Amino acid sequence: MELKLFASDVRKIALKLVFEKKASHIGGAFSMVELLTVLYNKILNVNPSNPNDENRDRFLLSKGHACSTLYSTLALKGFFTLDDLNSYTENGSYFTSHINHKIAGIELSTGSLGHALPVGCGLALSAKRNNKSWQTYVMVSDGELNEGSNWESILFAPQHKLDNLTLIVDYNKIQSLGSVAEVMELHPLADKFNAFRWEVFEIDGHNFDEIETAFNAAKNIEGKPSVIIANTIKGKGVDFMEDKLLWHYKSPDKQQLEDGLKQIEAEK
Amino acid sequence: MRTAFINQLIVEARQNKNIFLVVGDLGFSVVEPFTDEFPDRFLNAGVAEQNMTGIAAGLAMEGYNVFTYSIGNFPTMRAYEQIRYDVCYHNLSVKIVSVGGGYAYGPLGTSHHATEDFGIMRVLPNMIVTAPSDPHEAKAITTLLCNHKGPGYIRLGKAGEPNLHQREVGLHIGQALYIKEGSGNLYIATGSILKDVIAHVTANDPTAGIASFPFIKPLDTHFIADAAKKYTNWISLEEHQSSCGFGSAVLECLNDLCNNQTIPNMPKIKRVAIPDKFIGYAGTQEFLRKEAGLIL
Repeated sequence: MELKLFASDVRKIALKLVFEKKASHIGGAFSMVELLTVLYNKILNVNPSNPNDENRDRFLLSKGHACSTLYSTLALKGFFTLDDLNSYTENGSYFTSHINHKIAGIELSTGSLGHALPVGCGLALSAKRNNKSWQTYVMVSDGELNEGSNWESILFAPQHKLDNLTLIVDYNKIQSLGSVAEVMELHPLADKFNAFRWEVFEIDGHNFDEIETAFNAAKNIEGKPSVIIANTIKGKGVDFMEDKLLWHYKSPDKQQLEDGLKQIEAEK
Repeated sequence: MRTAFINQLIVEARQNKNIFLVVGDLGFSVVEPFTDEFPDRFLNAGVAEQNMTGIAAGLAMEGYNVFTYSIGNFPTMRAYEQIRYDVCYHNLSVKIVSVGGGYAYGPLGTSHHATEDFGIMRVLPNMIVTAPSDPHEAKAITTLLCNHKGPGYIRLGKAGEPNLHQREVGLHIGQALYIKEGSGNLYIATGSILKDVIAHVTANDPTAGIASFPFIKPLDTHFIADAAKKYTNWISLEEHQSSCGFGSAVLECLNDLCNNQTIPNMPKIKRVAIPDKFIGYAGTQEFLRKEAGLIL
């Protein structure tokens, strides 16, 4: 399937999901749609019919609140059905609104920020020690780079030459209570990672070619981990959601759902 | 006790290629034999316990049985949410080893007094909580946890603890055991403070029974039920806050046994534990135990 079409479908499923279940976090879910679209269609070696294949690449989503995009992506890839996903947040459903490892295709439950990168370091270290060729990918939000645990890992990974680890920062510049600049400025983020001895790629996180090129380049880096700083737009794809803090929290009403779906459809 | 742990870990690691040791830049003059023999299964994660615990979870996801090792509160409190969510929720084989339980590092100050660990560890689903009383128990627990899938916690003493058991002990998960049986009073303890119980009973209450509880969780329910039918007065001793500790766990267990009519009556229980306070001054372990009121 063409990437643009896939991304469009992901947005539509995710938007309907948060509308129907009155869920939050659609802004941060939409900022990473293209990143996950490229990962799952071009980069990751994963098999929906054997999700625990020992040679699979490992992808950990640290910003687990952006679950609607990952769940939608996994459903489209066939890890489970869209019908399964309809139980999202219902009583007894494992489709919790922070991702859950009890769902096929999800390696690690997250939701508390700053957890996945340390675990990813453990995975990558294990692969190194056992001469395994699979890769580990971890995606964090920009806001969660406030968490000290991430910086412990950012020190650790180059020390152990984890060149089989790629970190993706979904740099949409808005966190929970304000812009990144207002709350805890990360700029100059590339310089920070350079100083910590990472290979840095800075890209437009909505441009499929740039994303794919960066992932392929990162995989070929030797002797140190790579970080892809993906400049993105919170709420990307629906104009009244773009760059708006509100959509970290708000669930669309019926009119907003229809407007949003129309815009997504028109862009495809 | 820590030597008994590392020696047994090495023995186990020779047979079990999944044993992995991660330290938080601590373990000088203790972990070197392991490092030398198993460099591929050793990691110094640096002074960064959250990352250390997350790494351990990642290694465990790949099939390792990982022991994280540090002092006092560092491998537990500093990484508590990683233990709860990454390790316990995912039910991963990570065993947290804390050296210097209780006031073992007394002179180093309150930062190094590990006196709330039972509470925060035993409240976590899937977690096994252990506190060996002597090197024999430390060895047996190490073997058990090397063969156990899932999370575990070991509170070790420091070095030089005497053997309280006459010989090596075989244990199963959760097992309590008598040091000696008796009548009337039953003294129960967990961890190295069991030594104080033995000394007290020998000198002052020679007909009493003494039991060691290397496991705070799971508790030996059958042992407790049987003992409740035999001993009417219990005295528990622990080097831990009185809230949420070992005595509390035994009380809860007895209450449940009484409630479900496994035992007819609750025995009378005196809990000797730290009365909800920090000690901010220096002292040896023996001195600080007395200052905290851990006296029978």
